[in-house]
Amino acid sequence: MSTWETVAALLGLAGITVLTRGFFFITEREWPIPPWLREGLRHAPLAALAAIIAPAVLLDGQGLWLGTWQDARLPAVAAAVAWFVWRRDLLGTILSGTVVMLAFRIGLGW
Amino acid sequence: MNNQALQSALWRRPGFWLGAREMAVVSLGVAAWGLVTGMAMVNSGLGVSLSVFMSLVVYAGSAQLAALPLLAVGAPLWLIWGTALCVNLRFVIFSAQLRPFLMHLSRPRRLWHAYLTTDMGYVLFMKRYGVSTGGESVPEAARDPVHRQEAMAYFWGGALTNWLAWQTSSMLGIFLADAIPEHWGIGFAGTLALLALSCSLITDRITVVTALVAATAALAAFAMPMRLNIVVAIAAAVVLGVVLDHMRDKSGPNTPEASG
Repeated sequence: MSTWETVAALLGLAGITVLTRGFFFITEREWPIPPWLREGLRHAPLAALAAIIAPAVLLDGQGLWLGTWQDARLPAVAAAVAWFVWRRDLLGTILSGTVVMLAFRIGLGW
Repeated sequence: MNNQALQSALWRRPGFWLGAREMAVVSLGVAAWGLVTGMAMVNSGLGVSLSVFMSLVVYAGSAQLAALPLLAVGAPLWLIWGTALCVNLRFVIFSAQLRPFLMHLSRPRRLWHAYLTTDMGYVLFMKRYGVSTGGESVPEAARDPVHRQEAMAYFWGGALTNWLAWQTSSMLGIFLADAIPEHWGIGFAGTLALLALSCSLITDRITVVTALVAATAALAAFAMPMRLNIVVAIAAAVVLGVVLDHMRDKSGPNTPEASG
């Protein structure tokens, strides 16, 4: 791919970022969304997060299940959830999980 | 009101700094993920200047990562763009919920909103302003102009913090691609940030169930191409959530969950 072809591809990707993220509010057009669906969409944020997290924790790069319990991601998730239950603070949750992951990965080679 | 006045009005509002603070907390995860994406761009052979260009104009981590291998083998444009479109489909759903907050703005401003709406930004925003009371289908904060202006300030505070955290770390990743050992798996901090955020969204039994169903659906449908499993998972959780909300409403307002 030539440089200019790549630039064109990247500009197209930028357009797709804006088009998808703004899909329902770029034009003035009214979109009739049934009330039950509008209410149901309150579940979308958590669902999107859970859908991104679960495969990132439980599957490997090829989409296969973890072959072993000795994977640093598992104690990291356990530590993060435990911290959240204990302190209810987001920064501590992220930090404790990251520290545990690095400790198991670098220290124990999991 | 000219744009300049509106901008300065936004960053002077307390909502702007609240949004910036709340985003700063999860920015550690954002930065880890940006770092990994920056490294991935250079390592795919894109070159430094095109990697910088991609980070600045595309600003969509998961779509960038999905497009990189296709760019590297010179795949046709329709395939590269089609893949990004599918990876980004969840944002189409998000945009339906953001619409009532934004339609009072000019189109150029709405386009900036579109570019800046990330997963983190959307979730934090809906968590704070997406609540609708009294059986209204549009959230309170989208109907009342004063409240809405505060919500907009919150959005911009968070969005600019998010943008800075992402671009800084992405540039670091581009220029230090060889300095950080890949096997550390530092990008997992991004997943942990999402995990922290989702823990804070679990408020009652219904949210526990919808989260578990979304997770299960995403795993079960993982074989689908272009991360369409995420869209399937959202659809499953939304439909189930509608059913569970109705069952709860029927069982009366005295059940403990009704307050959640």
